Amino acid sequence: MPATETVTGTFTPPTRFAVPGRIEVGSRAAGRWQTATLTAIRRETPRAATFRFAVPEWAGHLPGQHLMLRLTAEDGYTAQRHYSIASAPDDSGHIELTLDHVEGGEVSGWFHTVARPGDRVEVRGPLSGFFAWPGDRPALLIGAGSGVVPLMSMVRHHRARGLTVPLRLLVSARSPEELIYAREYGPETTPVLTRSAPEGVPVGRLTAAHLAPLMDDRPAGGWEAYVCGSNAFAEHASRLLVAAGQPVDRIRVERFG
Amino acid sequence: MTPDPWAAARSGPEGTTRMNITRGFTGRPRVSDPGLPPGQYDAGDDWPVLSAEVTPDLAAADWTFRVDGLVERETTWTWDEAHALPASAYRGDIHCVTGWSKFGVRFGGVLLDAFLDAARPLPSATHAVAYSHTGYTANLPLADLTGGRAWIAWEYDGRPLDPEHGGPARLVVPHLYFWKSAKWIAGLRILDHDEPGFWERNGYHARGNPWQEQRYAGD
Repeated sequence: MPATETVTGTFTPPTRFAVPGRIEVGSRAAGRWQTATLTAIRRETPRAATFRFAVPEWAGHLPGQHLMLRLTAEDGYTAQRHYSIASAPDDSGHIELTLDHVEGGEVSGWFHTVARPGDRVEVRGPLSGFFAWPGDRPALLIGAGSGVVPLMSMVRHHRARGLTVPLRLLVSARSPEELIYAREYGPETTPVLTRSAPEGVPVGRLTAAHLAPLMDDRPAGGWEAYVCGSNAFAEHASRLLVAAGQPVDRIRVERFG
Repeated sequence: MTPDPWAAARSGPEGTTRMNITRGFTGRPRVSDPGLPPGQYDAGDDWPVLSAEVTPDLAAADWTFRVDGLVERETTWTWDEAHALPASAYRGDIHCVTGWSKFGVRFGGVLLDAFLDAARPLPSATHAVAYSHTGYTANLPLADLTGGRAWIAWEYDGRPLDPEHGGPARLVVPHLYFWKSAKWIAGLRILDHDEPGFWERNGYHARGNPWQEQRYAGD
């Protein structure tokens, strides 16, 4: 493989990277821990709830970005986790996170069993630009379980701003009861139910047949694809996308444990 | 004397004590493990996959590794040529910037020194950009890649490295956060300056030393 000669003085590898960063991220906001005060808890499913925080000095985010959250015990022990931001960017001074109750999870366990409005935690962010969607290009979003969280920020942003750029969401869940944000979806969304579904609705995992109409329907210039979920789901969905003809350098993948 | 593992957590960036206790939070049982860098937890048997791109379909026969840029002899190795170099293993810990650490892992491959000794970096060389067959990049000081501290690895626990973990071969630089250990490694471009890679352009730290908790730019 020949080395790529650079004209600008900046090294570019021979292969174009699959996921060029969408935005330049300022390091100032990410560099500082801020207090986030819990203001409301909203149940989404038996396992997931949305936590709304007041963060008065929040620097603002783009849909798809995440933050680092930190809890501190009395002896100084800390636990920190990355969480996607669920809310669309706005100027309310509030942000929302939707968290699964993870078996044995020290942070999600605290949120689901101890936390109540008025509690304070610390956050730093927003972090990372690669999965961000500024609302500029047509977006094909594919998520499973709580992988829908950063994608929902994009859907909400699309609605809140009245954007006309095409946006579609394929969201996979085990059952209607476990489908996060079920009441919020509109015509842009196709739920995929893998274990149980209402009468007349098919049951089964995401297949090429779900993608085919969306790929047939792709706007001029094609889709930017955003995939978020477990590693197993992300591998499955990204392979389907590649097989359906989506260019590999226009698929962004965010995986969680 | 055992170092206090929570000392770093208790002190703020200015070195002052800064406690923001979360009401009712106790956390998991304390493991006073001196092998755990600040802010990390033991992932146990889990090995999360966090690549931002589609896992490439890359056969070992098609894999190559190249060292170029500021070197005396730009060189490309095939799979077989790389395997003809002296075998070396890393046994120890790895640390991911998202918070998990994994203890006692075993990677098999070849020390990066073996490749660099053949390519011979010029005296002006100070840094490298590691790049993948997917186009992923990560920047590293040359000093972090030499002296028996970095490997090109194709085995994990004695078995071929899984594609989702970077197989057929990845870079392993275990003393830095693991995003530096580029999966599906394709080459090193040797430079006389530091050039940010993918995550580094996305707000992450230029060096990423877990013991100094260099997660993000400015840490």
